[in-house]
Amino acid sequence: MATNTVKHRDIKDQPGFGMMAVICLFVLYAPILILMIWSFNSGNLVTHWEGVSLQWYGVALQNEEFHNAAKNTLIISITATIVSTTLATMAAIGMTRVKAWRGMGTSFMVINLPLMVPEIITAVATLSFFALLAGKLGLNFGIGNIIIAHTVFCIPFAYMPIRARLEDMDLTLENAAADLYATPWNAFKRVTFPLMIPGILSGLALAFIVSFDDFTITQLIAGPGQTTLPLYIWNQIRRPMTPEINAISTILLLVSILFVSVSFLIARRRK
Amino acid sequence: MAKALSKAEQVARAMEGQQMTRNRWLSLPAVLFITLFGVCPLILMFIYSFLVAAPYGGVVWQFTTKAYVYFLFQEDIFDGTLQFAPDFLIIYLRSFIFALITTAVCLLLGFPTAYFMATRPPAQRNWWVLLITIPFWSNLLVRTLAIMFIIRDQGLLNGFLIWIGVIDKPITLLYTDFAIVLGLLYSFLPFMVLPLYSSLEKFDFRLVEAGFDLYATRRRVLWRIIIPIARPGIIAGCLLVFIPALGAYVTPLILGGGKHLMIGDLIAQQFGSGRNWPLGSAQAFILMAAVLVALFFYVRNTSGKVHHGH
Repeated sequence: MATNTVKHRDIKDQPGFGMMAVICLFVLYAPILILMIWSFNSGNLVTHWEGVSLQWYGVALQNEEFHNAAKNTLIISITATIVSTTLATMAAIGMTRVKAWRGMGTSFMVINLPLMVPEIITAVATLSFFALLAGKLGLNFGIGNIIIAHTVFCIPFAYMPIRARLEDMDLTLENAAADLYATPWNAFKRVTFPLMIPGILSGLALAFIVSFDDFTITQLIAGPGQTTLPLYIWNQIRRPMTPEINAISTILLLVSILFVSVSFLIARRRK
Repeated sequence: MAKALSKAEQVARAMEGQQMTRNRWLSLPAVLFITLFGVCPLILMFIYSFLVAAPYGGVVWQFTTKAYVYFLFQEDIFDGTLQFAPDFLIIYLRSFIFALITTAVCLLLGFPTAYFMATRPPAQRNWWVLLITIPFWSNLLVRTLAIMFIIRDQGLLNGFLIWIGVIDKPITLLYTDFAIVLGLLYSFLPFMVLPLYSSLEKFDFRLVEAGFDLYATRRRVLWRIIIPIARPGIIAGCLLVFIPALGAYVTPLILGGGKHLMIGDLIAQQFGSGRNWPLGSAQAFILMAAVLVALFFYVRNTSGKVHHGH
């Protein structure tokens, strides 16, 4: 009997598809890996390999411009992450733990708007807006401008996993709390909120990556002295390049990989 | 006793009901924030597109439709007559073609990959998803830079081709249209694979079995059963690649070298060295209109078909 199943390939298989998947992974990872490997080059050219060393990480980490860029990036992305995740958490509750209300569809669209508009349009629109505020009202929030722009962009990214979590959650627990005379606030604090935590952590991680990595919006609205890490890399590209740029790029990639993996593992554990 | 309990229960239910209504206000801060700092700037830009450009950037508050006229025409310096100047139109068409090629190749590579992922055992699937998710969220600038390193004249690709003897001097790949399309492909491939995967993951493979029982070949099963059912995922994936590819900014900036422009760079240029904000705003709105058409197409194509599978 077994011969039948052994001889025939799995009915799901399609010829060549596995090969294509391997090619896809190769295409996606080879450039990143090559970029990372060259950061360990001991020579000072990006074209000649002269041996393995960590010296360019030393050069990068001692560079004062890099320190400033890293400091700006952290101030911006941590603030934008906290504000956007807080707003997104509230909005997710207000749109799932509620009787359907008029304007809910519109609100949902508004929250997701930053995902639908091409980033370059968001960038120039925000630039015009802040220019008007500064010109007509004399309002200039400095680095706050970047934080505000990032927060707008991060809200939908934080909102998605939190909303998904609230929709997946078993309502019977919340109903049980209400049946046992828990006040709505206590039911939220003791039951709903603890169950939401994985979604919120996932949202925090995604919001952080989006802000940390943003180039387009930041480049257009950043004023002098408001260099972030992606802008710092961009400034480096236009000079003669050394493996220092590979070292900084590697650090940025590792931060993204770390946060994505954390977010992914949290999301997986809840299943 | 029973009555008192039911009364308390009623109170609890009433409080709960009230809470359920009051919760809606929690959405307000996020909605207000995005309206103020996301929607208002878009409206402002729409207004800007009908104003006169100030000489050093910014606008003069005076109504004109010149920005839209200049999108297609150029004013003669001497007699002020309008002449058809398709420069901008050509850049829009180029971007459109680049985005289409990118979408098509991503689909060609992405569909088999997503299908392969969806047919792995569940434990393996998670690893595949993580592997595709990592580039999805990785820094776009850095990834574009990685492509630049490889296709430069002294880059690995030319080095490799010279080493195996296919060519004897480097071929110029960087700062060409080819470089831009390659960069777009590389940037947005994960955007195609993930939605395709999530639609194929739910696929009921008993349908494939039924197809084989009716003596269909593998290819026939693929074209007549799997692909039609995966259609919503295919459309979603195509849009997720097409829209950002059409408005791409970073990729042509780095791989096009400032000479091979796409819409995104053209818009940014008007706000930078071009110092013509109304023209930039008008260009942005023409791009926005293209995106809206694409989204409209998506909504029309998915809403009617949702109940088809059940």
